[in-house]
Amino acid sequence: MLESSPKPPAPAEDAESEPRPGRARKPIGWSTIIIAALVAVSAALVWRRDGTDGVLEILTHDLSLFGGILPRVLAGCLLGAFISEILPHEKVSRSLGPKSGLMGLLIGTAFGAILPGGPFTAYPVASALLAVGADFGATIAMVVSWTLIGYGRAVAWEIPIMGTDFTLWRILISLPLPVLAGALGRFVYVRVYPKRAGDEEAA
Amino acid sequence: MSAALLIDILLWGSVFGVGLIAFRRGPPVFKASLREGSMDFINIVPRIALGVIGSGYIAAIIPQEVITGWLGPDSGWLEVATAVVAGAATPGGPVIGFSIGTVALKSGGGVPQVVAYVVAWALFAFQRVILWEIPFMPARFVWFRCAVSVPFPFVAAAIAMVIGKP
Repeated sequence: MLESSPKPPAPAEDAESEPRPGRARKPIGWSTIIIAALVAVSAALVWRRDGTDGVLEILTHDLSLFGGILPRVLAGCLLGAFISEILPHEKVSRSLGPKSGLMGLLIGTAFGAILPGGPFTAYPVASALLAVGADFGATIAMVVSWTLIGYGRAVAWEIPIMGTDFTLWRILISLPLPVLAGALGRFVYVRVYPKRAGDEEAA
Repeated sequence: MSAALLIDILLWGSVFGVGLIAFRRGPPVFKASLREGSMDFINIVPRIALGVIGSGYIAAIIPQEVITGWLGPDSGWLEVATAVVAGAATPGGPVIGFSIGTVALKSGGGVPQVVAYVVAWALFAFQRVILWEIPFMPARFVWFRCAVSVPFPFVAAAIAMVIGKP
């Protein structure tokens, strides 16, 4: 060790390898309170109708469902965290930001269509995209594309239950919808939040 | 190989893939992402638990027959609008949503409103919105997205009316 230099080497590289500060997490909000109230009322109604056995039967079934979902929720959270860490902010704002145009909506749509998994991946990843510079329009295109033309739910549930013909036909009808929803989202966003939209453009 | 297994493989494969990219950016990036993801997970679990365990009770008090009854044979805009409300109000997971759609089709429900029903359910079924979307995403985005999505089940029904049955 000849000279200890307190200065970090190559600031440009360093910016890339430096982890981003943690996202702010929401405390228990009113939506949690609403769903808790809804569940409590429903459980009470089930108890009055079917007694303790009815309540326990649903509880056992849903607990096993919950156990099966947990690892996937973990996978979704990790996927979201890795994606928000590795995607460069400037590139995301350029290709999915407010000024990304039709191409941004198409990229969002393609991303939603190929994303594996269910709601436990789509929403953490969408949230990560918002955090690294995607605008509401592109993120809406992504979420709508995941739910309407993504293969996950179609393969796992829709084809077995509704049949291949209906599912493919329904997906065909849905093809234009993510881009249209994203475009409508952008159109409304700059009118509902003119100040925020202006800030984003200036940034 | 079952579809669920395939999806799990794709899911963990993707996690592994992006994890590898993060790891190659350096251990601090990798560790920070792992910590972020785990913290998100720990924060989200109580809400998911409440929703998943509670959804059985909500589904139990809204009988499927009620919703199926809303999907009749006549295909006017009023019927499509009813189907959209039915899609938003359907509790439970994909099995319930798609089963209602299938029952409606088999019992003579018009194709445009069944499409509107399935699309509305996919876009803004209330239970998925409050159980999954709100915990993971900024609430302002979620409400905005739902509001913007409202016209699209109608667009899907209109396309179905134009191009005909599957």
